[in-house]
Amino acid sequence: MNIVIVGHVDHGKSTLLGRLYADTGTLAEGKVEKIQAICKQQGKDFEYAFLFDAFLEEQQQGITIDTARTFFRWAGRQYIIIDAPGHKEFLKNMISGAARAEAALLLIDALEGVREQSKRHGLLLSMLGVKQVTVVVNKMDLVGYRQDTFDGIEKEYREFLAQLNVTPQFVIPASAKLGDNIAKPSPNLSWYTGPTVLDSLAKFSSESEKAEQPLRFPIQDVYKFDARRILVGRVTSGRLKVGDRLICSPSNKTAIVQTLEAFNIEPPPTQAQAGQSVGVTLDEQIFVERGEVISHQDSLPLVSTSFRANLFWLGRRPLEINKPYLVRLGTREVECHVAAIHRIVDATDLSLDNQETKTSVQRNEVAEITLQSKAPLAFDLYNHFESTGRFVLVDDYDVAGGGIITEMVEDREETLRVEARQRDFAWIQGDVSLADRSQHYGHRAALVLLVGPDTTSKTFLAKKLESVLVAEGRHAYMLDAENLRRGLDADLPEEEALEFVRRYGEVARLLVDTGLLVISTTNSFQLPADQVTEAIRTLVHPAHVLTVYMSKNTGTPSIQTDLFFAGPEDFTATAHDILEALKQKGILAEAIGNQPGFQFSI
Amino acid sequence: MRHIRQLEDQSVYILREAYKHFDNLGMLWSMGKDSTVLLWLARKAFFDHVPFPLLHVDTSYKIPSMIEYRDRMAREWRLNLVVGQNTQALADGMNHERGRVECCTALKTNGLKMLLEEKGYTGIILGVRADEESTRAKERYFSPRDKNNDWDFRDQPPELWDQFKTSFPPGTHIRIHPLLDWTEINIWEYIKLENIPFMDLYLDKGDGTRYRSLGCAPCTLPIQSTATTVDEIIEELRATNVAERSGRAQDEGRGMELLRKDGYM
Repeated sequence: MNIVIVGHVDHGKSTLLGRLYADTGTLAEGKVEKIQAICKQQGKDFEYAFLFDAFLEEQQQGITIDTARTFFRWAGRQYIIIDAPGHKEFLKNMISGAARAEAALLLIDALEGVREQSKRHGLLLSMLGVKQVTVVVNKMDLVGYRQDTFDGIEKEYREFLAQLNVTPQFVIPASAKLGDNIAKPSPNLSWYTGPTVLDSLAKFSSESEKAEQPLRFPIQDVYKFDARRILVGRVTSGRLKVGDRLICSPSNKTAIVQTLEAFNIEPPPTQAQAGQSVGVTLDEQIFVERGEVISHQDSLPLVSTSFRANLFWLGRRPLEINKPYLVRLGTREVECHVAAIHRIVDATDLSLDNQETKTSVQRNEVAEITLQSKAPLAFDLYNHFESTGRFVLVDDYDVAGGGIITEMVEDREETLRVEARQRDFAWIQGDVSLADRSQHYGHRAALVLLVGPDTTSKTFLAKKLESVLVAEGRHAYMLDAENLRRGLDADLPEEEALEFVRRYGEVARLLVDTGLLVISTTNSFQLPADQVTEAIRTLVHPAHVLTVYMSKNTGTPSIQTDLFFAGPEDFTATAHDILEALKQKGILAEAIGNQPGFQFSI
Repeated sequence: MRHIRQLEDQSVYILREAYKHFDNLGMLWSMGKDSTVLLWLARKAFFDHVPFPLLHVDTSYKIPSMIEYRDRMAREWRLNLVVGQNTQALADGMNHERGRVECCTALKTNGLKMLLEEKGYTGIILGVRADEESTRAKERYFSPRDKNNDWDFRDQPPELWDQFKTSFPPGTHIRIHPLLDWTEINIWEYIKLENIPFMDLYLDKGDGTRYRSLGCAPCTLPIQSTATTVDEIIEELRATNVAERSGRAQDEGRGMELLRKDGYM
């Protein structure tokens, strides 16, 4: 059971912790004496807080800088109690501590009353998913143990928490310094009939309902140390067992659990549930990678490139709109940007700042935002699923913010994505899998899309690339969109531009499913190039799409692509450059007949 | 039992994250109970394959049976064992009589630094636990060290929701601590649960003493104890309030804060 102690600076968190240990006799022998000796040497009074404020600077300044894990055993239950700093400057440390907790003790100084960090910490606890909260009104000795003072604070703070849909389990009057109501009831507080702080710990329940939710199992890695190909990861909710049909999102790949793998467990397990780190083997070799979310088919996660979220920002630099960051959601990591900052939440009264739209979020602020990722993500809403409903943003080298997802935003590809999903689930496959085909061909299936302005010799390059690949023994085919126009698309009026793209994408999907390297140009679609490539990408997903931009001059291309060529003269060399890019992405094996060198089949 | 399995699941998750994100990874193994449990967890995480080298910083003052145990287990478990040593300091005659912090710094901290420099590891997995000592209580699971191996404990990166610090500037490295949430008793409960082979220095062999924590022979003292089985160790630990590392000389005063700031384990 992990419990965090939070609250405003100087409201007595470390003192409460020290007192709890001292009064229950759970401190290491000689620890109090050792700290007393150091205090005497430095000429200051002993404080219980010094027991856990380990750093010299913490003791000199009398504040906690970073979270400490402490270990406590009482009445047959093991606790890890996390002492979090209350100073605003160390909010990132408070969050690092609180994010590990299942329950919280929130301290309020009876003399000072509810302060800024009392509220901010309450708000952050609710965002971090800490639902069990007990409030301790500390330093009651400084207000003469008066019940009316306590009642006023209790009423004010309960009203604040109610806005966050949090109901405290208990509100306890106490004095950590003097030991009132910490480990034993105090005669000074005889008007209070509830539990002591120590007794309240036993009332926190360990979470177990996650196992009763639908399955979520983000893939952490794929191992092939021996004959077994094992998918590993942590089940974040629900259960899985041998024989279950699993769906991977967003790839829509599906397979059946053959075994659960384990070391030193006999007989091997046949099922696993939320919280467990597991390894599974599947009945067929499907290509899946870290970051996909496994579920059962009757309860799929959402998939989109955009969602709305509440976010807290901890970065050294402010969060800027439209600036590139990495979003990490479960085990997935994708480039993203914040498309809109709707509001900044005032942590002290939870009111929404209604000034015109902001373009940045400052350190320690909470904001409502819309996030846009470069590739589709599988996720859930936070109020349905905790682990797959939250994410962090990485700026430079560090985690700089965290958020909870409140709403899915449908992106432009939503309709096509739903179509692809339904099509993939109903797909009838022969006995030859895509993995079998790629081993036989010596390469994976993929689509090479040549984009860019008219008359940049894209078709010429496409033909050259097809020739080079086939001459090398690869299985390549040039599919010009024009070829569909007079046949498959003969019934379509010119203005149905999107339908032309959709049909092209479905044809490409079929060819890719035969294991081919498909090469194409996008000239004939009367739509913006990025819309065309995204639509096609969605329909052939999860096959690899390599985009190549052709231009007459060296100016920046209008869309971001994998490769960029400005007015090449030697097209054979250009074709070989594309070949190299395919090798780097693990699509082509180094030599014909070898197994392809993609990482998830190691 | 449930708590122990939860600890195991978390440690396995951390080990797999480390393996995924670090190309040049190593695990420190002192052959003590903690790093041996860590090694066992690696066998769990990677299904009996340990896909990175085990590093031992040999001070030359270790108890001899520790070296014998090391080589035996390395063969049995097919480990890639890498031994580092600050041979220069030893040639210059470094020993604990020149000062315990000085000796630890030269033979362990600097021995480790030299090994990291030579092999270029960017991620080092260690078996330190938060309950051992108060600065370790403030560690992150993934804890950055700068170019000089220094630990900036004033400004540690945020760590939440199992999203760890896995990217870092060139020249720096990350210390990975999968056992932070384990207590000394948890370690023994797990050794019992999994039946992990451990060194018999931890047991009383008839003279009424045993080692509770293992380090260099001159600076590690056995405790008075008649525990001859893991069960008896657990029983004894439940009853005691004496700190685990009370037999470790370098912990006196502010020794550990100073040592750890400069890159000690």
